[in-house]
Amino acid sequence: MEILMATVIAVLTSCGVYLLLRGRTFPIILGLTLLTYGVNLFIFISGRLNPGSSTIIGVGEQYADPLPQALVLTAIVISFAMTAFVLVLALRARAELGNDHVDGRNSVEDVKS
Amino acid sequence: MMLLAIILLPMIGAAVPFMTERMGRTLCAYSAAIGPLIALGLLVSSAPTIFGGEVLYSQTSWLPSLGLNLNLRLDGLSLMFGFLIVGIGLLVILYARYYLAQRDSLAKLYALLQLFMMAMLGIVMSDNLMLLIVFWEITSLVSFLLIGYWSNQSDARKGARMALAVTGAGGLCLIAGALLIERIVGSFELGAIFAAGDEIRAHSSYPVILILVLLGAFTKSAQFPFQFWLPHAMSAPTPVSAYLHSATMVKAGVFLLARMYPALAGTEWWFYLVTFTGMATMLFGAYNALFKHDLKGLLAYSTISHLGLITMLFGFGTQLAVVAGIFHIINHATFKASLFMAAGIIDHETGTRDMRKINGMWKYMPHTALLAMVAALAMAGVPLLNGFLSKEMFFSEALHLESMGMFSWIFPLLATLAGVFSVAYSVRFIHDVFFNGEPIDLPKFPPHEPPRYMIVPVEVLVGLCLLVGIVPNLTVAPFLEAASLAVLGEQMPEYHIAIWHGVNLPLIMSMVAMAGGLIMYSQRTGLFAFYERKFRHDEKIVFESRVQFSVRVAQRFTDFIQNNSLQRYMALLIATAVAAIGYALWTMPQLLGPVAISDIEPVSLLGAVILIIGAFGTVLLHHNRLAALLLLSVVGLIVSLIFVRYSAPDLALTQLSVEVVTIVLLMLALYFMPQLTPNESGNKRVARDILLAGAAGIGMGLITLAILTQPFSSISDYYLANSVSGGGGANVVNVILVDFRGFDTLGEITVLAIAAVGIYAMLNGLHLPLPQADGEGRRWDKEPHPPILAVMARILLPLALMVSMFIFLRGHNAPGGGFIAGLVTSVALILQYVASGTAWMQQRLRWRYRRVAVSGVLIATLTGIGSWVFGYPFLTSTFSHIHWPVVGDFELASAMAFDIGVYITVVGATMLILAHLGKLAQSSHSPRPATSKPYSSPELTKGED
Repeated sequence: MEILMATVIAVLTSCGVYLLLRGRTFPIILGLTLLTYGVNLFIFISGRLNPGSSTIIGVGEQYADPLPQALVLTAIVISFAMTAFVLVLALRARAELGNDHVDGRNSVEDVKS
Repeated sequence: MMLLAIILLPMIGAAVPFMTERMGRTLCAYSAAIGPLIALGLLVSSAPTIFGGEVLYSQTSWLPSLGLNLNLRLDGLSLMFGFLIVGIGLLVILYARYYLAQRDSLAKLYALLQLFMMAMLGIVMSDNLMLLIVFWEITSLVSFLLIGYWSNQSDARKGARMALAVTGAGGLCLIAGALLIERIVGSFELGAIFAAGDEIRAHSSYPVILILVLLGAFTKSAQFPFQFWLPHAMSAPTPVSAYLHSATMVKAGVFLLARMYPALAGTEWWFYLVTFTGMATMLFGAYNALFKHDLKGLLAYSTISHLGLITMLFGFGTQLAVVAGIFHIINHATFKASLFMAAGIIDHETGTRDMRKINGMWKYMPHTALLAMVAALAMAGVPLLNGFLSKEMFFSEALHLESMGMFSWIFPLLATLAGVFSVAYSVRFIHDVFFNGEPIDLPKFPPHEPPRYMIVPVEVLVGLCLLVGIVPNLTVAPFLEAASLAVLGEQMPEYHIAIWHGVNLPLIMSMVAMAGGLIMYSQRTGLFAFYERKFRHDEKIVFESRVQFSVRVAQRFTDFIQNNSLQRYMALLIATAVAAIGYALWTMPQLLGPVAISDIEPVSLLGAVILIIGAFGTVLLHHNRLAALLLLSVVGLIVSLIFVRYSAPDLALTQLSVEVVTIVLLMLALYFMPQLTPNESGNKRVARDILLAGAAGIGMGLITLAILTQPFSSISDYYLANSVSGGGGANVVNVILVDFRGFDTLGEITVLAIAAVGIYAMLNGLHLPLPQADGEGRRWDKEPHPPILAVMARILLPLALMVSMFIFLRGHNAPGGGFIAGLVTSVALILQYVASGTAWMQQRLRWRYRRVAVSGVLIATLTGIGSWVFGYPFLTSTFSHIHWPVVGDFELASAMAFDIGVYITVVGATMLILAHLGKLAQSSHSPRPATSKPYSSPELTKGED
């Protein structure tokens, strides 16, 4: 299972990073979201994989680590706020600049390296 | 305390001249002298103790955690330097009173001089190497201001910049050396460093340390090849030159050699580096001094030469050479300060420093001429003057050096050669200025003697030259002895300062130098022409062009990194992160820990495969934005299932509701954006990005594996143990959020509210082109509110709100809580917006979401403040159980009020974001001819809230 989890996090990170490196705002936001999933899972697994446990006192025998869960919970909400912010920033940039390229130019001249 | 006072007095004194400046220049000078005078008194009073062989210490802790303490020491070396610094400083203060023109600010000069004095005293009295460096850097900074005193002159600015660049670079080297020393010794305290001298010398990094420390000393003391800044520092006012280049600034470098002598000297490295640098500097300076037509230029190169001589003596490494080196420090300070002052007087009275114009001054200013001639003879090393004594010691040491085996004859030979030049330029100074016919078109004519008190400092210094030269044992011997003792440690060598040792080799070398110098000067016409042909170049131009070259290189580098492309920055950032973490992973001895890897379950595998397909699909289809978005939501759903699988119901609920909100938000935004992403990345760019992304992913995967195979230990046991008893809740995740780490959560919701307000601000006044059709050319439906959806949504609303209430209330003891309940409420409300439209909602729900969000943060904060009322720290929570008639036993925790704040903030922020974005979209459907306006009208920006 550990290998599967590592693979999932690796794939999420890779896809997120690749999209982050695109030139248009919308794919970047998609990439950011993917990267967020990866990072949240990464923080989450620092409490290890605990199937069949619980974080409710008195329920079940085994307890999962509640601390990473609390961290990730706020991380999910904050990353939503960030996604929304970046998204509206992208809208604003498009309105001001007339295109949705991150460098504010609607050309392909930067393709060379 | 007294030692601290010696340093602080000039510092306090630096403020005094500004207050007294208005009361006249003389009073200003007197008031400036008060601080240094008291400091001098303190030095005098402690002199007998030091001569008795004791060392005074003073300890004040400053930053003990960094090993940096205000620890001072006053030993023989500090005392001798202290007298030079304060004594010559006082003379310079008196001299500057008459030197500076009426339009120049005397107070500024005095303040800077005293700051400089303070820093120099700090250097010589520091008992802590780091503290010494702090003062060292202060001298670099203040000397920059002093050299650039006439800041309106380009020469002064350039000279100051050059001095700062060279000595500043050396200072950095010195810091590096000091840090390395600290790693070996474990302390910056000088006592500890001296004691660990053998350890340092035996250490493998000794050569590096030595070179770094020497770079610091050599740049400061203008040693070859760093000598070039010193002549250009001559654009400073002459009092500054007299102070900086005789007793202080440049002497700091040789002081460092003397100070670190017990810790670093005595090796071959030391001998070769220091001796040969000194020798090269001595010859270079002496040779060039002869050919300078500028009075101060001659003195500057002569200073370089004498500094080289002192350095060379320290390099010899014999005990007598050290004594001679210290002796020459004293002698050089006295005669050079007086010569600079004399040069300043001549400049002041004639208006020029060009020796080709200044001739025959003997007739016009005999008093000054006599003093200057005596000082110049001391510089040449003529008997009965102090320069003679130390020069004889130098010759004698050069003769006794056997370290070089059969090549040892080179030292006395080159020493004599330097002596020849030294005599020649001294003779030139005397003959060219005071005799040699009549002056040639001087700017001021006829010159006359300066004001009486301007000569006093010169008289004092020349008097000292004579006294030391004639009766050394009555004057300088105790200083020399105490200072040498401080450098050499316990045992003092047998030595004897005398004017007459009988006819021996050193005396013969002196005679040869005298004769050679006179002959050389008599041949000057030919030599000058030769020099003009061969060696004329301006270091300033070279230096400036190198500075400009490095600026160009830096510019090109900056242009590469900062090319105004976010894509470039992002790639560099990720590449750096990958490189840094990759290196750390690479050097790990063993990546995987001892915990065994468990088997893969088929169901989990299926989930993972779907997630991976979704993620790759998002990437592959990202040119078709809507498709990519749908695949992204698949990934989000699987992530929430992962949370379910691994016992995190709170996370699963949060992820699920955030997923819904996010996807709605992205779809809304997509409406305003191009539906397709143009394919504009070249193959090279794609390959680079795949490489970066792959590396980042593999790195994260490896770290994940490394973590998962490590034995588990957590700090969470505390939370699990205290959740019920301390927080009054069984759901530990929620108790952590609202109680244990409530302050963090308060921060989180504040960020959320700020983000929402920021979004509101950005949407305000936003004009977007309204799309008429989707990416494939289909026109948007004008009737976007299907009745079935609208009706269903209305039925769902109370149910959804009830569910969110339920989730909220049970949150403390079962999965749920303010965050999740807030998101569920938001989803229910958004559904109404989607189904029935903004206008419909606005008529029914007249909330201003900004206020909702902010009031949520306020409630949470007030809950925290509430605990102050009861005398507890911020956000202390309490709880109790109450019995309700029908419901039964019910727990009420103050943390619940906090959770209400969280709930309201989440609802307010989410709705603020979505409703406003939705309003933007909604208004595009308002009836309007499709062709008339490409931009939305401003009315949508005004609407409520």
